[in-house]
Amino acid sequence: MPMYRLSAEEVNRMWGTSGAPVEEKSVVALDEDTVTISVECAKQAVRRAGIDPSLIGAVYVGTESKPYAVKPSGTIVAEAIGATPSVSTADYEFACKAGTEAMQTCIGLVGSGMQKYAMAIGADTAQGRPADALEYTAACGGAAYIFAERSADTVAYLEASYSYVTDTPDFWRRAKEMYPRHGSRFTGEPAYFKHIVGASRGLLQETGYKPEDFKYAVFHQPNTKFPITVARTLGFSVDQINPGLVVGKVGNTYAGSSPVGLAATLDVAGPDERIFMVSYGSGSGSDAFILTTQDALKEKRGGPKLSSFIERKRNVDYATYLRHRGQIIQ
Amino acid sequence: MSVPRYWRNQVPRYRLMGDKCKACGARYFPAQPVCTCGSTEFDDYKLSETGEVVTWTVIRSPPAGYERYAPYVVAIIELDDGMRLLSQMVDVDPADVKAGQRVEAVFRKVREDGASGIIQYGYKFRPVVE
Amino acid sequence: MRRVAVAGLGIVPVKEYWDRSAQDLFAEAAVKAMKDAGTDNVDSVYVANMSGALMQDQVNLGALAAGALGRPGLPSIRVEAGTASGGVAFHEAVKAVASGYSNCVLVGGVEKMSDVLPEYVNTALAMSEEQEYTAYTGVTKAGLSAMLHRLYLDLYAEPAEVGMMAVKGHDHAVGCKHAQYPFRMSIERAMDSPMEADPIHMMECSGVGDGAAALMLVPAGESGIEVAGSAVATDCCSLAARKDPLAFEAVRRAAERAYGMAGVKAGDIDLAEVHDDYTIDGVLSLESLGFAKQGEAAKLVAGNGTDKEGKIPVNTFGGLKARGHPLGATGLYQVAEVALQLRGAAGDHQVPGARVGLAQCMGGVASVAAVNILRRFGA
Repeated sequence: MPMYRLSAEEVNRMWGTSGAPVEEKSVVALDEDTVTISVECAKQAVRRAGIDPSLIGAVYVGTESKPYAVKPSGTIVAEAIGATPSVSTADYEFACKAGTEAMQTCIGLVGSGMQKYAMAIGADTAQGRPADALEYTAACGGAAYIFAERSADTVAYLEASYSYVTDTPDFWRRAKEMYPRHGSRFTGEPAYFKHIVGASRGLLQETGYKPEDFKYAVFHQPNTKFPITVARTLGFSVDQINPGLVVGKVGNTYAGSSPVGLAATLDVAGPDERIFMVSYGSGSGSDAFILTTQDALKEKRGGPKLSSFIERKRNVDYATYLRHRGQIIQ
Repeated sequence: MSVPRYWRNQVPRYRLMGDKCKACGARYFPAQPVCTCGSTEFDDYKLSETGEVVTWTVIRSPPAGYERYAPYVVAIIELDDGMRLLSQMVDVDPADVKAGQRVEAVFRKVREDGASGIIQYGYKFRPVVE
Repeated sequence: MRRVAVAGLGIVPVKEYWDRSAQDLFAEAAVKAMKDAGTDNVDSVYVANMSGALMQDQVNLGALAAGALGRPGLPSIRVEAGTASGGVAFHEAVKAVASGYSNCVLVGGVEKMSDVLPEYVNTALAMSEEQEYTAYTGVTKAGLSAMLHRLYLDLYAEPAEVGMMAVKGHDHAVGCKHAQYPFRMSIERAMDSPMEADPIHMMECSGVGDGAAALMLVPAGESGIEVAGSAVATDCCSLAARKDPLAFEAVRRAAERAYGMAGVKAGDIDLAEVHDDYTIDGVLSLESLGFAKQGEAAKLVAGNGTDKEGKIPVNTFGGLKARGHPLGATGLYQVAEVALQLRGAAGDHQVPGARVGLAQCMGGVASVAAVNILRRFGA
């Protein structure tokens, strides 16, 4: 999580508005981008996993703010962590669920026996259109996960997953545009809610689990209101989602959103606790996962927790925010 | 920026990789072709990624390509393995930098070759996040 | 090896010459030197220049310089060692005469800094640093010196004591016809000036100027000004890799050799022109040359020890700060100024009875240094 913050209050000062879908959002430093965020997450994952990085057979970066339109962020990450050359990499795009898309693929690679270790990263430096409602929340951050065959060394195992996708144009960005456009209220019920509910109910039905079977739940967090509303709709409690709910303090890290929410949850979870995670990506779709923590979780979360990065902050004014986002022509 | 020049320095920069003389054990960063002992045989040597500030300055008149970032801190850092290197310090207010401050390596953008050229990355250091 | 003497010198005032080229300035200094020597029977040329490739897109200055002198055909060699180019070129010229290979060498340095934007000068200076791991950090020469300055302040001195290096330079430049800034500067002005690279203030840094200086070298006769010692040395380019960053080993090594050749010690030197591109560089140079112990040079300067009447007169025409610092030419300005002193032709800047003088310049952050010692001999 980058250290700079832009408060809703400061956005309101700029535009004479009074919104507050979050308290503040994270902003990259002058020298950060999706690649640098991905590398930092990846290195921490490798350190915590305690594995030889050359054994990682795949590095997939899910983002909608890749620095190059053509040149994978994944190759830079793979080179930086020492996973090259025996590695497959690619960048995934599915708006805010690109990171969990990468996870689905890694599960497939490892599950099929094709790779011993596979890494999925969700990271973004989300582009917020000035004076748009999403400007309050379009934030920067990411998280990385290394997948392997379940063993005593893994921190959590996956029981099941389900992806629910339709063609729904709620939010999009054309190739040469700087900022996305969206359908305002259309991004709610026909988009976010329909797909999260669809994926959730689909997975719960297939597995026979009920909300009370989970210790924690992580839903895509574009603002503070939506995940609370969808949790209630599905029968999950606020207590279940609170540990993973960081959006109020850091904003929506887009492809990082669910992976970051999961990381916040894993930072506090005990062993043998079941977690329900459902991402959402505009376009649209949701990836739903059921995972259960293991004993190894406690030993493998050394070093700074997400909360350390959230608490490490410095607020900037709007002009400095523009400078950090490269929006001042020099 | 020449692509080959950037590319051949990627691994040393991305992974803080120097070399160590097979004959006398002297360590170098960046890697040296010939050791002061005369040997030309080296092993890769991975530098420590944490250390402390020895001395620093604030660059206010940057060289070409670094204008976007000024003012920025540059420091001599002594790593925990005894190696010293020069690096930018980031995520810190220049007024808060102190000799002896604990720092850790991070992967950051260094410069860009305009809007259409390659993006150059490398190591910088920030105050340790516990 | 033959003894070598300075037969003539030519100095062009340091300023911005918008309407003149590097060849123009070089030729002016060279013609002055030849006139001063009373001969134009030059058999080889050395050209000191640091940034012609960058600032004028020009390499192969040796051939160009010979042409500018109206003597295409002469052996003519460009020498580059960053901001030590002048002193190193002088050293090469000395060897050419001492070895017997040449009999009348013209060595001239030139720089045309005003051809580029001042902001770009930092980029030019940073080219003397290792590019992939030093310059890549975005550090500048000012930044490297600043880190040394900070270490020095932590251990040895107050900011104003180091700042006096610049103030004294300005004091000595008053009335100097070839100085770029021939006026006094108070320590308050220096310390109040904005930071260039913390903790170095802007007014502690040498400026941007154009200039050229040249000397004629011949085998020594019965009297005159001989080159008593001349040496070049290098040091590890990376400040981070040096055992003691405050010790300019390149300077110490070159000085040791030059003193040895001349059969003198630091205490025998009557005046010194040292490399104060930043105040701290001047201070540390004085220490590495042996004029003060480590940590004591700033106090020596602040205590008037380097004034014209002091224990060791330093930068008697203003030094790099006040006389000016046209990069590749600087080292030759220094040698020419020493020669003027030894001739007794320094006017208001004269160090009475000056007999042995030292010129020291450096390139990069003291990764190369040249020390040249001149001595009046004979009648």
